[in-house]
Amino acid sequence: MPARQNPQLNSHGELIHLLSIEGLPLPVLQHILDTAGTFLSVNDREVKKVPLLRGKSVFNLFFENSTRTRTTFEIAAKRLSADVINLDIARSSTAKGESLLDTIANLSAMHADMFVVRHGESGAPYLIAQHCAPHVHVVNAGDGRHAHPTQGLLDMYTIRHFKQDFTRLTVAVVGDIVHSRVARSDIHALTTLGVPEIRAVGPKTLVPGDLREMGVRVCHDMTEGIRGADVIIMLRLQNERMSGAMLPSASEFAKTYGLTPEKLALAAPGAIVMHPGPINRGVEIHSSVADGQQSVILPQVTFGIAVRMAVMSIIAGNSA
Amino acid sequence: MSSLNLDAEALYADLLGGVRGLLQPRTVLVGVWSGGAWLAARLQRDLGLPGEHGVISSALHRDDFGSRGLAAGADPTRLPFDVNDTPILLVDDVLNTGRTIRAVINELYDFGRPASVALAVLVDRGGRELPIQAAYSAARIVMPRAQRLRLVRQDDGSFSFDIQAGT
Repeated sequence: MPARQNPQLNSHGELIHLLSIEGLPLPVLQHILDTAGTFLSVNDREVKKVPLLRGKSVFNLFFENSTRTRTTFEIAAKRLSADVINLDIARSSTAKGESLLDTIANLSAMHADMFVVRHGESGAPYLIAQHCAPHVHVVNAGDGRHAHPTQGLLDMYTIRHFKQDFTRLTVAVVGDIVHSRVARSDIHALTTLGVPEIRAVGPKTLVPGDLREMGVRVCHDMTEGIRGADVIIMLRLQNERMSGAMLPSASEFAKTYGLTPEKLALAAPGAIVMHPGPINRGVEIHSSVADGQQSVILPQVTFGIAVRMAVMSIIAGNSA
Repeated sequence: MSSLNLDAEALYADLLGGVRGLLQPRTVLVGVWSGGAWLAARLQRDLGLPGEHGVISSALHRDDFGSRGLAAGADPTRLPFDVNDTPILLVDDVLNTGRTIRAVINELYDFGRPASVALAVLVDRGGRELPIQAAYSAARIVMPRAQRLRLVRQDDGSFSFDIQAGT
């Protein structure tokens, strides 16, 4: 995609918004991961704060609730010395009938420098990026079923940390893929980083067949899906997104696709188990796996802060 | 190209002597990434100092972040010792405006309160924009502001200078 047509990049090909991993060139992706490595070491200092966003205001706009993601963005922005304003938009302006762009215009008048946006509608962060002032940056913190790019990036950071070379890996993404913006972001990132085998594993109702067009191997059989995998990314069974009878029951799903120690034994030796959280113990992941030696779920959380610091500092330093 | 003829190896020999004169009993060398880090590594070996030298990056404290953004490819700061109450000798290849040194001193303080901080450089090219001076510089030269001077490390570990006319 030419730089000018990609709203995330300026005319020099530099990142100015993070809206989706789709269309991000490999060097940009690698620059984010390398920069995150620098920020990870900030945790080891006496002063766990750097001044890159000093004097900047970051507005967290969560039109959908998410305590965890909002908190990690807040910590990341504060470690960069930004002022952070959390707006519980779901319960305020939109409830009074204000349009999305009016909300943005009002917040821009309060001298916002960056919006971190979570929205139930796919594409909402794009709309904001297109209409905000040139000096304002937008980070997508999850839009509908479309994308969750910082989660995708922190997953890539985690994989690189534990497995180093992407070009020799088999990665299985397991569970409710059709509702998952995380899965979509992961698949785009894994593709860009050159992972030779990406598998999407789950029941027919939850794994869209069109993934094959993206070069993904679709497996409806769990044993086939995780056999020999180096990385297993378990997705949360999104009860709140389930409408209609896409599944017989959660327990039925757990029996077939839940990751137990027995199923994990089929994966490659030293395989790592990831999960974006919050986990449903006993549904998509057995407790002994979630807490086991191959689980890297908690390192993912730690890496997530460094990755969000990297994204915010990179986009803040580039102008439109 | 410039008519300047700087012999980096000869200047390194001078720097070695100068740094020896600045060492206190517990001094730790900290090289400023990237040229200064190469110098610190070689000085550490040639002076037979115990332990490991540090490497410090200016990236997170630069004052041109707003206009230049975050530098790609900089190694992160690595200080394998307790900064608190330690005499620090910063080493860099070229001292110019003083802004990099201002940034690395701030970076250093994120790790603790050193006993003292001094600076030794291979070349002081003038052009200071901050009140920062080196305790030792192997050469003092005057260069046009736009001209670029940087240290290059060859495959065999020896040093040379790359001089480019600015635009």
